[in-house]
Amino acid sequence: MIHRLPAGLALTLAAAPALAQSETLTVYAPDYFASEWGPGPAIEAAFEAECGCDLEYQTGDLMPRLLLEGARTEADVAIGLDSTEMARARETGLFAPHGAPTGELTLPIAWEDEVFLPFNWSYLAFVYDNEALGEVPASFAELVAAPDDLRIAIQDPRSSVSGLSLALWADEVFGDEAEEKWAALAPKIVTVTPGWSESYGLFTEGEVDMVLSYTTSPAYHRIAEEDDTVSAAIFEEGHYMTIELAAMLEGTDNPDLARRFMEFVVSDTFQEIIPTSNWSYPSAMPAAEWPEGFRDLPLPEQAIWLPEAEASEARDPAIAAWQQGLSR
Amino acid sequence: MLRLEGLEIRQDDFALSADWSLDDGAICAVMGPSGGGKSTLLSVIAGFLAPTRGRVVWDGRDLTGLPPAVRPISILFQDNNLFPHLTVERNLGLGLDPRLRLDANQKARIAEVLARVGLAGLGDRKPGALSGGQQSRAALARVLLMDRPLVLLDEPFAALGPGLRAEMLDLAREVLAGPGRTLLMVSHAPEDAARIADRIVLVGEGRAAPPGEAQALLADPPPALRAYLGL
Amino acid sequence: MAAGPVAVIRVARWPGGLAAGLVLALTLGTLAAVLWRAGFALRLGPADLSAIRFTIWQALLSAALSVGFAVPVARALARRRFAGRGALVTLLGAPFILPVVVAVMGLLGVFGRGGVLNDALGLVGLGPVSIYGWHGVVLAHVFFNLPLATRLILQGWQAIPAERFRLAASLGAPTGRLLEWPMLRAVAPGAFAVIFLICLTSFAVALILGGGPRATTVELAIYQAVRFEFDLGRAATLAAVQFGLCAAAAVAVRAAGGAPEAMGGGLDRVVERHEGGGWSRAADAAWIALAALFLLAPLAMVVARGLPGLVELPDGLWAAAGRSVAVALGATALTLVLALALVLRGGVAAQLSSLLPLAASSLVMGTGLFVVLYPFVAPRDVALVVTALVNAAMALPFAARVLAPAVAQAEAAHGRLADSLGLHGWARLRWLILPRIRRPLGFAAGLTAALSMGDLGVIALFAGDGQATLPLLMVRLMGAYRMEQAAGAALVLLALSLALFWVFDRGGRVDAAA
Repeated sequence: MIHRLPAGLALTLAAAPALAQSETLTVYAPDYFASEWGPGPAIEAAFEAECGCDLEYQTGDLMPRLLLEGARTEADVAIGLDSTEMARARETGLFAPHGAPTGELTLPIAWEDEVFLPFNWSYLAFVYDNEALGEVPASFAELVAAPDDLRIAIQDPRSSVSGLSLALWADEVFGDEAEEKWAALAPKIVTVTPGWSESYGLFTEGEVDMVLSYTTSPAYHRIAEEDDTVSAAIFEEGHYMTIELAAMLEGTDNPDLARRFMEFVVSDTFQEIIPTSNWSYPSAMPAAEWPEGFRDLPLPEQAIWLPEAEASEARDPAIAAWQQGLSR
Repeated sequence: MLRLEGLEIRQDDFALSADWSLDDGAICAVMGPSGGGKSTLLSVIAGFLAPTRGRVVWDGRDLTGLPPAVRPISILFQDNNLFPHLTVERNLGLGLDPRLRLDANQKARIAEVLARVGLAGLGDRKPGALSGGQQSRAALARVLLMDRPLVLLDEPFAALGPGLRAEMLDLAREVLAGPGRTLLMVSHAPEDAARIADRIVLVGEGRAAPPGEAQALLADPPPALRAYLGL
Repeated sequence: MAAGPVAVIRVARWPGGLAAGLVLALTLGTLAAVLWRAGFALRLGPADLSAIRFTIWQALLSAALSVGFAVPVARALARRRFAGRGALVTLLGAPFILPVVVAVMGLLGVFGRGGVLNDALGLVGLGPVSIYGWHGVVLAHVFFNLPLATRLILQGWQAIPAERFRLAASLGAPTGRLLEWPMLRAVAPGAFAVIFLICLTSFAVALILGGGPRATTVELAIYQAVRFEFDLGRAATLAAVQFGLCAAAAVAVRAAGGAPEAMGGGLDRVVERHEGGGWSRAADAAWIALAALFLLAPLAMVVARGLPGLVELPDGLWAAAGRSVAVALGATALTLVLALALVLRGGVAAQLSSLLPLAASSLVMGTGLFVVLYPFVAPRDVALVVTALVNAAMALPFAARVLAPAVAQAEAAHGRLADSLGLHGWARLRWLILPRIRRPLGFAAGLTAALSMGDLGVIALFAGDGQATLPLLMVRLMGAYRMEQAAGAALVLLALSLALFWVFDRGGRVDAAA
């Protein structure tokens, strides 16, 4: 079957064998991704239009699911892995090199991994209501030193990637003093929720002054709600990066289609969908091309991110420091 | 013929023995002090209690191990003789078929029996919509319908006033007694026994005495009955 | 053959055996499956011991407070007659069947920083109170379980015959020491134990209100082990510990004289009292008002916060609501069948297996089912069925406790008549048991449906595309910044849960013969 296609795409297609209409690409994705309000549906439609195939999401917790299913998994592609899980994911041996060009990636850090391909990223940040909060801490240290009536909600590092990233962030910024800093922060931490959405709900309900979220969170309020009152505090020490990844499965019975999806991930079509549906930065799009509302968000001076080996090494001590500091 | 062969019932510190038979067609009152074991005796005959020793025999057939429903026996209790959630017709119907799949013929028989006890046309009422006397009539109607040769009455009319109770006893005798049907009824009141019974079994002091001639016993009570009657 | 009731085979025993087998498979079987998958590597994490300690401690405190407050409330409800009393008793039961996610929203609306209580305290110049931390967990647990405790104790009060109150009054004897104290000593330990068990395994509350690592419960640790760390060995070990804790609690209950039997309806009767005016009347009124405020204000907040979201309900909402109702109805049917089979079978084994799910972790149950089913079926094909199955198991202990006394009562009153008529098996069920237990059956069905409606459960582990239930949809909305729509969905969820309960409970009462 020969399609009339733009030159660029025709080139990629030429390498792939003709794909039958009935072919199905099974994509495992986290719940939020494939939901009606996530990027999933638009991505599905765009990819299906391009490949003439059927893309099907299966939602749930990615790593538990893949580990339970092992090599027999039906998944062709997994999308939505967090970079803090990379070492564990690689250890499973379930994933195969994606073959997509990493040269187009526009992350603040260099990325050349052959297996895990970033599709969006953001910086962890404490988000606040800029009309309500008077003194906004300008650094992590200032946050720790802020008066105890500042009310903060964070996430549990034992049950969420944002919480874990925060623990790694504090570990990176404070080093050996992390536990002490957590103890100093403890009176301000109103509650620790298992995931991001419970914390964020407390913030929008006015229960807390600051919530652990992302520098891109204000974009949602600006664009979707035309509300400029939400800001992210930018810290001098730099911000930990959250990077979400896609990877194709070694055992896929549709390697060509899976590879094609991986290439699609860094395509303009895919990348353009990300900002206003995932509310994060696209992984392969220069900042100048970001939508308005993203472009003018303040960016941290410095990106903090631990490569997988360092992250797995730092993980347990960072969680222990968090736990002990908050339990004092 | 009902025969109790070397029957012994023991429960904790309670004991009762009986060894006698009762002729077909008899109307026999079971009398004696409270706690003496009148109801227990009926329960064993009906099959709700197993005897410790001995046998319950009907026409030469050993009933001892049989479940209540397959014994040639109908029983009316002190209360709860009708299911309150079912209509009178269905309550009677259960006596014909536990699955209540009644054909026209069976329904006609139910109507006929209801008419016989004076409840014509009341088949579609629930027991709650009937008076106490009517409920007793309905229960009697089911016994009639089941047509078993031995009928046990465990004071089913005790809650009725004296007039109504007499009426029910008369009705019971009228519709139930007769050739081929034996009635065994627990009774507290000597006048009830005098009214319809031709035999009396005295229960007391751990023993159910063999049935004696009712008129004779009442006319010249032995010491145990005399004590019970307060004479 | 010894004297005693003849063993009449009234209802076949195999359905009860089958039900017990299914419950065992769902509880201990799934735990074994997870253990097997983890290579039988039992282990606990470093913080798990303190999680176990906290779990026991908060459950003890929650149960003590629930029962402690329930005593004056139940006493007030038992001896006062006022307009709307019946409606109030019914409405006070609402928190027990409330979806946890929704309830926490309501509690925050009242006790949170921006809540009504702190607004009021601010007006009179008092500092804000905080709902977060261990006291938040306990507060929420009391909110959920005070209605249950009140119900159990109210039943104790109403079981005291009116004649005894009359006798006590005629003798001028103190009713408290003579009648009420012995009743409380008989009823309160059982109520305490049931609520202790419920609080031992509840975790959704601690998820949001816990405040930090100090308020980690065992069930929360299981959640972390399964969903984030994927440490199945630790999850299974924690689940086994949880079974152990519950078993120990159950043994303690038996030693304390057994749990109260009834949970069903029939609380309309007012206990006749011949004492108390003036002060005691005012105190009773205060207790009733306080309890009503404590239990109903959060519900009102859910409504208030949800109303704006109703304007813009998301597209998939009604489809998700439909799936939730379908799951709830499936779970209800299954629970009633299981509960009836177990109750009719009777005996210690059946009784124990009907209680077993109380100690189970639904996450471990779900993971175990995944392990067992995955080789044979695609998980997404059975997502809703599995969710219904797990929900049915989780509601079973409550349904069985509601039905058991009613079945016993029907047998006690009419069993001999049924025996004499030869009503066995299906005929006995059809013509004696079912008609006699209609009201508790309706109540149990309503309870199960509402509990299943609000459960997020294992659907998150199994769901495929387009299989979201209403609670899952709420979570997705929250995950996509749409907090207002989530509040709207919460209101719909609340309304549907209460409506399902009402329909079933009502269905059991309408035309129920005396």
